[in-house]
Amino acid sequence: MPVNADFVGREYPPTAPYAVGSAKIREFAEAVGSSDPVHLDREAAVAAGYRDVIAPPTFAVLIAQQCDAQLMLDPEAGIDYSRVVHGEQRFTHHRPLTAGDDVVGVLHVDGVRAAGGHAMVTTRTELSVDGEAVCTATSTLVIRGEDA
Amino acid sequence: MAPRTLASVTVGDELPTRTVHIERASLVQYAGASLDRNPIHWDERFARAVGLPDVIAHGMFTMGAGATVVGDWAGDAGRVVDYGTRFTKPVVVPHDSGADVVFAGVVKKVDADAGLVTVELRATCGDDKVLGRALAVVHLR
Repeated sequence: MPVNADFVGREYPPTAPYAVGSAKIREFAEAVGSSDPVHLDREAAVAAGYRDVIAPPTFAVLIAQQCDAQLMLDPEAGIDYSRVVHGEQRFTHHRPLTAGDDVVGVLHVDGVRAAGGHAMVTTRTELSVDGEAVCTATSTLVIRGEDA
Repeated sequence: MAPRTLASVTVGDELPTRTVHIERASLVQYAGASLDRNPIHWDERFARAVGLPDVIAHGMFTMGAGATVVGDWAGDAGRVVDYGTRFTKPVVVPHDSGADVVFAGVVKKVDADAGLVTVELRATCGDDKVLGRALAVVHLR
């Protein structure tokens, strides 16, 4: 089933806030091999100019993928989740995600196109804390065709 | 650890290379940390059933490990203000041997007025280039 091109331009309602916690930051940092003290040690983070420990640069994917799920699981979108492969990812940080942030995500569908038997869907998640924009996460997801 | 200074950076500077060894346990750890529990990243039987050669690493695991390389070079991961990549080839992670991804990087651009340094990151697994057009922008003073 092809991906529904009518979804281009669609904006989903804001998600429930995701509470960024220092334990999750530590767990994520360790998983990506980081021992940077700005992730692990509150005093070091404060000395570096942050309010509290900050999240690694790709931590926002954890929230963005939860936002993407709104589209993936929308039956009208026509996306077979078992055929989804990650094609591209980008993060633009206005400031680092910080322990104590309550992050709200708004998912936008920026593009749907066909390429070589596959469908490519580009999403953009705008993450904010109390109305302040903190990060833009864009993803291109490839939905592999039946014969590919 | 003080962040790297803008004045010390020149176009063409190379980042220290780093080899990251990935085992199935690394992927289970990342799956838990990131909440991406797709079984293609830890269940060999499932991965093969959907046409993959074996378990593959999360693209975001490789991207995240690359962010660590850039953040360590900058001296503060919070200085990485923009970071994007294409996932060009999967990193296959066999049960017995695991896989090695080699990261390298080079400074492509220095915008002294804005304090922004663009680093191009290279990530290879065997002969495969696993990240494409991987660019990180680092804010230095």
